[in-house]
Amino acid sequence: MDYQLTEEQRIIIDTVRKFMREEILPLEEKLDPDAGDLEPEDKARLVAKVKDMGFYGLGIPPEFGGPDLDITTQTLMAMEMTQHRAGLYNPAYGVFGGAGLAQLFEANEEQKEKYLYPTLRGEKSTFFGLTEPSGGSDPARAIQTRAVRDGDDWVLNGAKIFISGADRADFGLLFARTDSDKGRGGVTCFIVDVPSPGFYVRRVVHTLRSTRYATEIQIENLRVPHKNILGEVNKGFAIANDRLTRQRIPYAAGCVGVAIKAQEMAIEYCKIRSTFGGPLATRQSIQWMIVDNELDIRTARYLCLDAAQKADRGEEFRTEAAMAKLVGSEAGGRVVDRAMQIFGGYGMTKDFPFERWYREMRIRRIGEGPSEVQRLVIARDLIGGAFH
Amino acid sequence: MGIRITKPFQPLTPENLKEVHAYLGVYHLAEPDGAIYYIGYAGGKALFGLQSELQREMDARAGKPTLFRYEVNMQYLSRHEELMMLHVADHGELPERNRRELKHKLGRLSPA
Repeated sequence: MDYQLTEEQRIIIDTVRKFMREEILPLEEKLDPDAGDLEPEDKARLVAKVKDMGFYGLGIPPEFGGPDLDITTQTLMAMEMTQHRAGLYNPAYGVFGGAGLAQLFEANEEQKEKYLYPTLRGEKSTFFGLTEPSGGSDPARAIQTRAVRDGDDWVLNGAKIFISGADRADFGLLFARTDSDKGRGGVTCFIVDVPSPGFYVRRVVHTLRSTRYATEIQIENLRVPHKNILGEVNKGFAIANDRLTRQRIPYAAGCVGVAIKAQEMAIEYCKIRSTFGGPLATRQSIQWMIVDNELDIRTARYLCLDAAQKADRGEEFRTEAAMAKLVGSEAGGRVVDRAMQIFGGYGMTKDFPFERWYREMRIRRIGEGPSEVQRLVIARDLIGGAFH
Repeated sequence: MGIRITKPFQPLTPENLKEVHAYLGVYHLAEPDGAIYYIGYAGGKALFGLQSELQREMDARAGKPTLFRYEVNMQYLSRHEELMMLHVADHGELPERNRRELKHKLGRLSPA
């Protein structure tokens, strides 16, 4: 793989890095260490600035108004945009925009008018309702929310958990079983307007994550018009699966970005912190931590870019995306952990971003498919589906 | 786990404040009749956590009788958000001061 940056990529990365240093970090310093958002006026100002730079709407295809950047460049940008305290779950505090529910690009024209375009303009908020109390790693079989046809409507009953943004959303995607005999071939994706009678956000699910809390949803006789089916009846799993695969590259790149920042801080600190008459940097145990960090970072970065380049070439990248997600999330956790060890007591405090990264990085081994599922995906592709 | 703070209110006095430690968390302030007039939190920037935040609130009341209750909670931001949503679910609107301070869209909660 050739991972030499092109001249254009180098300029873009430098621009993003400068933006992060000059615009995001000074504002973040003033926020609560667990804050998930900028002040609205600061955010609006920076969004306008990013639009002027031509980078707004990462992940949005150019035909829908997104920047004309390949996945490799966007992956490199993600590694820069995540290098701050809140970066793991809200890179650059969202001022670069994003694709939101990318599945809506496949919607029909009527659905695009009502849901996609307002979302891209930032007028509507969304949620993605897949995981259920019965499990999230195997959505094809775990989905127990049921949808039954009733005239022009479908009637939904069930529950969802770990759903971010459902309490503030204007609409969302809900996955429900429409054929109990067909496994993954019996799941349908519904576009659901909220609030609606029968749609209840029961509680906030407090997790290790500071940004974008999750919620638990109960669905009781929620009526959804047939025309709000995204795609086709019983073809919803492919929609969910497509998102899960695509999400893995930027998800992994975010872990790499945080790891890069943690390593940078650890190197700087070990040169100025003295113990027993000499700087930490002279201690072999510390040097080895720094070396192990670098190996983890470079391995994860390589896998992210490998997956991104395959996607850019239009090749199958499911295995590579799974490898990037698996290694990125696990390596990122190790790097943050070692950096905290180097920082000692200070590493445990809210004065530094490590404790937040440590908590949030732990979720990365679970979110968007746990490490075990990534290994399953890779093994299935290497050995063949018949042996699973 | 219940999502409401169920512990009883107590008078916000210097004596009662001594029992509050410098932890992070959330709190309710209420008028003597128990009507909640503010939902607050002590976050990572609070010098002495709940203790200094509640001290500040007590000083601002300048001797006016006040009730308080608190909950130590490391996830103070999402818990604070949840308490505000609960208040709206229970009372139809936020306390006036929270309404004034809130700069983002508050979510909707329908507790069972």
